[in-house]
Amino acid sequence: MDASALGTFLQYLINGLALGAIYGLIAIGYTMVYGIIRMINFAHGEIYMIGAFVAVTTFSILAAAGVTSVPLALLLVLVMAIAFTAAYGWTVERVAYRPLRGAPKLAPLISAIGMSILLQNYVMQTQGARPKPLAPVMNGGVTLWQGDGFAVNVSYIQLFIILLTVALMLGFTQMINRTALGRAQRACEQDRTMAGLLGINVDRTISLTFVMGAALAAVAGVLVTMYYGVIDFYIGFLAGMKAFTAAVLGGIGSLPGAMLGGLLIGLIEAFFTGYVSGAYKDVASFSVLILVLVFRPTGLLGRPDIEKV
Amino acid sequence: MATPIQNHLKASIIAGLVAMVLAVPFIGLYTVSTDQGLVVQTRWPWVLWSGLIVLGGSLAIALVRDVLAARRAAKPKLAAGTKPKRDDALTAKLSKGFAIGITLFAITLPFMPFSDRYIMDVGTTVLIYVLLGMGLNVTVGLAGLLDLGFVAFYAIGAYSFAILSTTLGWGFWVCLPLSGLIAALFGALLSMPILRLRGDYLAIVTLGFGEITRIVILNWQSFTGGPAGISGIPRPSLFGLSFDRRPPDGLTSFHEVTGISFATEHRLMFLYMIALTLVLAAAWVIKRLRALPIGRAWEALREDEIACRSLGINPVASKVSAYAVGGMLGGFAGCFFAARQGFVSPESFTFMESALILAIVVLGGLGSQIGVVIAALFIVLLPEVGREFADFRMIVFGIAMIAIMVWRPGGLLSQRVPTIRLSSQKGDAA
Repeated sequence: MDASALGTFLQYLINGLALGAIYGLIAIGYTMVYGIIRMINFAHGEIYMIGAFVAVTTFSILAAAGVTSVPLALLLVLVMAIAFTAAYGWTVERVAYRPLRGAPKLAPLISAIGMSILLQNYVMQTQGARPKPLAPVMNGGVTLWQGDGFAVNVSYIQLFIILLTVALMLGFTQMINRTALGRAQRACEQDRTMAGLLGINVDRTISLTFVMGAALAAVAGVLVTMYYGVIDFYIGFLAGMKAFTAAVLGGIGSLPGAMLGGLLIGLIEAFFTGYVSGAYKDVASFSVLILVLVFRPTGLLGRPDIEKV
Repeated sequence: MATPIQNHLKASIIAGLVAMVLAVPFIGLYTVSTDQGLVVQTRWPWVLWSGLIVLGGSLAIALVRDVLAARRAAKPKLAAGTKPKRDDALTAKLSKGFAIGITLFAITLPFMPFSDRYIMDVGTTVLIYVLLGMGLNVTVGLAGLLDLGFVAFYAIGAYSFAILSTTLGWGFWVCLPLSGLIAALFGALLSMPILRLRGDYLAIVTLGFGEITRIVILNWQSFTGGPAGISGIPRPSLFGLSFDRRPPDGLTSFHEVTGISFATEHRLMFLYMIALTLVLAAAWVIKRLRALPIGRAWEALREDEIACRSLGINPVASKVSAYAVGGMLGGFAGCFFAARQGFVSPESFTFMESALILAIVVLGGLGSQIGVVIAALFIVLLPEVGREFADFRMIVFGIAMIAIMVWRPGGLLSQRVPTIRLSSQKGDAA
C-alpha cells in the first residue's frame, strides 16, 4: 500500500470513528431500555432529534446574547439539551410505556411508534418543517499527516466528538458498575420482580434508565448539530434506525456491545462510502448485521439466550 | 387523608407544570431562518395554554376513570381469578355479526346513492390496507414472527407488475398471480437467514430487509426508474373491456359494449370491486388455512416453539411458509396498488408504511381478521376525517395510537380463540 492509499484509509477511519461515536451514544439508550424492560424504544431516535433542536435553539439564544466564548457556550448548550431532553425521555416513558408494563409484547412497540409519530409532527408543527442551518461553532482542525497530494485531517469537532464520547463512556461504565443506581439497574435487568421484593424501586429505576438514555441521546444531538451544521425534524428516524442496528449488532442489552456496534456501523458507512458507493451504504450496514446474526444470533457481545422449557 | 379529587387535582397540576417545562424549548421558543442566521422568537402565552390544556385533560381522564371504576364495582362481582366467560362467547358472536354486516356494507357501498368518487377512493384505500393487514397478520398474528419490513413485499408486488407491464406489456390479470408469487419467493428467501433468530432480533432484520428493498429500488435506476418511479402502468380491464373513455388499441371499452353512458366513477367502482374481491378471497383462504395442519402449526409455533419441536412440527417449514403466505398477500396488494395508481415510486414504500401495517395488526388484536378490518378503517379514516385539523391530524393520530394501546393493550379484539378444540375440553371452553 503506498502512502496516498494509506492516507485515504486513515482519513476514512477518522471520519468513521467520529460518526460511529455518535451512533454509539444513541445505541446505548436502546440497549439500556431493552436490557431493563425488553422493549424496543422506537421513539428514541426522536428523543435524539429533540436534543438536536434544543441545541440549535440554545446556540441561537447564546448568539443573540453575545456569548462568544466557545467552551462556555458548549457547556451551556450541553446542560440545556441534556436537561430538556431528559425531561422528554422521562415523560415519554411515563405516558406511553409505564401503563403498558406487563402488557402483550407488541403493545409497547406500537405505543412507541405512535409516540414517534407524535414527537416528529409536534416538532414539525412548532419549529417548522424546513431544515435549520446553524453557523459553525468550531472551525479548523489539525493535519496529522501531510504527504504529497494528500493530507489526513482531524477537525476539532471530530476530536471533540471522540474525546467527549470516550469520557462519557468511561464515566457511564463506572456509574453502572459502582453506584447504587447502577446496581439497582443491573438487578432490575436480571429479575425485576425479585429486585422489587428486595426493596428496589423498580419504577424509579426504569424512569432513570430512560432519563440516562435520553441524556446520552441529547449529547449525540448536540454533537450532530455541530458536526453537520443542519438539522430537521426527520433526522431522528434515520439515526434511530442506525443506532438500533448498532445496538443489535453489538448484542442488545450489552453496553460495551452498543458502543462497539456504533463504531462498527460508523466505520462500515465511512469505508463503504469511500471505497464503493454512498448510495448503498445502508445496504452494507444491514448486510453485515444480517451476516453477523446468522452466525451469532445474539450479536457480537450479547449473552446467549438460554431457552427454558 | 386527601380525597380522591384532591389527589387528582394534585397529579393534574404536576402534569400541567411538567407540560409547561416541556413546552418551553419547542412551543415557547422557536427559531426562524433569516439572512443573519437563526433568530429566536418567543410565544410564551402558548406555554401557559399548553400547561392548562394538559392540566384539564389529565383531570378529565382521571375523573372519567373514577366514574367507570365505580360503575364496574357496582356490578355483581365474579369470584376472584375467574374471567367472565360469557364475554368471550359474546365477543365471538358480535364479531361474527359484525363480519357479516361489514361485508354486506362493503359489497353494497358502490351502489349506495351517497357514494361518490371520494368515498370509492377512500374505500379502496381501506381495502388495500385490510389486505396488507391480513398478510402481515399471517406472519405476526398467526405465526408470531415479528416483521417490521412488510412494506418490502408490498413494494416487490407493485414493482413486479410495473416492470412486467411496461416492459413485456403483460396485463393486470396475468401479473396479479405473478406478483404474488414473486413476493412469496422473497418472503421465503428472507426467512432463510432468520430461522434461528428470535423476537426482537427478527424486528431489526426484517426492518433491514424493508430498507434494503427500498434503497435498491431507489438506486437501481436502469431497472426501477430510481426516485422518479415508473409511470404509464396499464389499468385493469374486465374480460378485455377497458374503463377508459378511449380504450387502448385492441380493447373495447366498457361503456361502448354495455351501452351505459361513460362515467369515470365506473372505473373507481370497478377498482373497488377488485380490491373487495381480493380481500374476501384472502379472508376466506386464511380462514381455511387456519383449519389446515399448516395453519395449526403456525399458531402452535406462536404459542411455544419448543413444544412444537418436541411434537414433531417442522419449525423451518412453518416459518418459511408463514413468511411466504404473508408476503404473497402483500404482493397482491402491491400489484393492485400499482394498477390503481398507474404509477409507482419508492416514496410509497417507506418504513412508516410498515409501521402503519403493523399498527393495524396490533391495534386490531393479533390474529383477528375482523380486528384488522376495524383497525384499517381507523388508520385510514382518522387522518381523512381529521383533514379539518389539517396540520394537527398526525399529532392526533400519534396520540390516538398511544391511547388505544394504553386502553386495550391486547388490541381491540384481543381474544385468542383456538381454531380447533378437543371435545373433551368443551366444558371449560364454552
